[in-house]
Amino acid sequence: MRRTLLVASAALMLAAGPAMAQQKTIKIGFVSTFSGPTAVIGNDMRDSLELALDHLGRKIGGLPVEVIYEDDQQKPEVGKQKTEKLIESDKVDFISGYIWSNVLLASIKPVVDSKTFLVIANAGPSQVAGELCSPYVFSTSWQNDQTPQAMGLYMNQKGVKSVFLIGPNYAAGKDMLAGVASTFKGNVVGQELTTWPAQLDFSAELSKAKAANPDSIFVFYPGKAGVQFLSQYEQAGLKGKIPLYTAYTIDELSLPLQKELALGVPGTQEWVNDLPNEANKKFVADYIKKYPGHKPSFYGAQSYDAVNLINSAVVATKGNLSDKEALRKAMEKANFKSVRGGFKFGNNHMPIQNFYLQDVVKDAKGDFVLKTVATVVKDGQDDFHAKCPMK
Amino acid sequence: MTLIIEQCLNGLQFGLLLFLLAAGLTLVFGIMDLVNLAHGSLYMIGAYFAATFAAWTGSFVLGAMLALVATLMVGMAVEVIAMRRLYGRDHLDHVLATFGLILFFDESVRLIWGPEGMSLPLPSWLNRSVQILPGINYSAYRLAIIVVTLVVAVLLYVLVMRTRMGMLIRAGASNREMVGALGVNIKLLYTLVFGLGAALAGLAGLMQAPILTVQIGMGENILILAFVITVIGGIGSIRGALVAAIFVGFVDTLGRAFFPDLLRMVLSKDAASTAAPALSSMLIYLLMAIVLVVKPEGLFSAGQK
Repeated sequence: MRRTLLVASAALMLAAGPAMAQQKTIKIGFVSTFSGPTAVIGNDMRDSLELALDHLGRKIGGLPVEVIYEDDQQKPEVGKQKTEKLIESDKVDFISGYIWSNVLLASIKPVVDSKTFLVIANAGPSQVAGELCSPYVFSTSWQNDQTPQAMGLYMNQKGVKSVFLIGPNYAAGKDMLAGVASTFKGNVVGQELTTWPAQLDFSAELSKAKAANPDSIFVFYPGKAGVQFLSQYEQAGLKGKIPLYTAYTIDELSLPLQKELALGVPGTQEWVNDLPNEANKKFVADYIKKYPGHKPSFYGAQSYDAVNLINSAVVATKGNLSDKEALRKAMEKANFKSVRGGFKFGNNHMPIQNFYLQDVVKDAKGDFVLKTVATVVKDGQDDFHAKCPMK
Repeated sequence: MTLIIEQCLNGLQFGLLLFLLAAGLTLVFGIMDLVNLAHGSLYMIGAYFAATFAAWTGSFVLGAMLALVATLMVGMAVEVIAMRRLYGRDHLDHVLATFGLILFFDESVRLIWGPEGMSLPLPSWLNRSVQILPGINYSAYRLAIIVVTLVVAVLLYVLVMRTRMGMLIRAGASNREMVGALGVNIKLLYTLVFGLGAALAGLAGLMQAPILTVQIGMGENILILAFVITVIGGIGSIRGALVAAIFVGFVDTLGRAFFPDLLRMVLSKDAASTAAPALSSMLIYLLMAIVLVVKPEGLFSAGQK
């Protein structure tokens, strides 16, 4: 009896073996920040990614999927290490994530060298849109300069004559300030870069801005630093005196802490929670249902799109990941329902998309929410695509 | 000119705030010979308590008072439960144990208050700017910080130099065994000193909270500066901590404010604006290195051992 059982189970195992080998699992590595003060951003990205998988029935192109999350601690050297681990020991099929431009720039070489497909879900350093562009690198976000460029255009519409720029001293901060300066027609009277991410007290910079007496201040401070900047801006007595214009400083993650401070402070963005397309309505409603007390942010929307982009390519190639050329062509089509209402890829694999003006208002329940006011840029493409050798 | 005055006020405010942290650190280090890396955690706890109590009571001042008492209690509890076992041990043991405490506090805060952080809104009488000199408006809250810390500094001076407890503290700093041999309850004294240090850190944390918001790990960056100050000022010296803190506050703020413009005169605009923040954040450490070379025991060494 025991022998029969043994033989039977061996036969079963043999039978199950080949079947399991055929069932390939799609492995996605996701690098973001899951510790420290900016972990709220990483958590929102993970929550949105998990929601996207729920919507896809926990399958990518009909195949089972495994997502490996890695914490970059907001440090370039850690991000690079985690990226190498995902490629070399986990052998992932796709890599996604990256909030911070400096972390991405440190991590991009091992990705491109190993010919692993990368879908950037936030960071957009100018180098990656230009000379460092790669057939394996795609973005579901934007190039850093684009959002502040849209803000510069809006400031022209408002008749602003001069501006003082403040931002953090790292890859994205420099891109952002350069972006607004490139479209703004008035006078840039001063520019301050602060130590990032250590410096959170902006007293010296605010005093300088006040002394320069500009028409307006433009600021870029993602995450918690945006909360700190807005409260110090009010405490310095600048609110109501020198109007503030922002990029990536007010979002659904910082708004619960900023509250009144953010009222009347405009920002530009490629995605706003109230964009009237079906995919977005479903994303926002199900997010609020799945994570009560939380609201999705643009970071999450981009991560949601990243998963759907990967899914669309795996579906198009019928799960054959070895033909990288076919996979790349499928990715380039961006054939999925983006929550921002659709976009095309440029030659450098950066989205060509709209940018909206958003404002902070109080809704019927007394909560502070972001609202789309106008379309500032229609089908905007970044300025660096000409530097990218890909056609 | 108005810009220079304003930047000096910014520097003074930052320096005085650092003094609160450094004073507790230097007291504990000088008197109990204990390296306390978890000092920054008490700063964080103070801020979390203040945000919570202010939300409960609806009053910023009342919340701050309650938070001070609560942080004092937490500090004394930490001393009784954990620190007491570390006296007379190697400094490396202190570093290890108090580093463990940092992790413990960070994780506890995450469990109790969640990872999102909190904000501590200011009452409207503080959340504005006031005219201090004709043509110079300055944040009322930052002015309040300057006043409160100056008062605390005077009280500390009176406590240490003019009271019996202060005498014991100073005696304890000079010769621990002798004070114990003379029949002073050194255990209780240590608990009180540690609690006092904790309350000072908590006060710094809750006053910084409306400016920087309340978040996990907020004490870690600023703790490095507090250590730099104790090294510059001389370990165990409150006066040294005050002078060094104001000095560091000025160097840091004025460095950030004027260094980029100076650099722009010699470098291209792009290179200068990139290099300046990095270089100006190095100024403090440069200052510390110079002090260590010239006076290795610090500017105002307590002068024993």
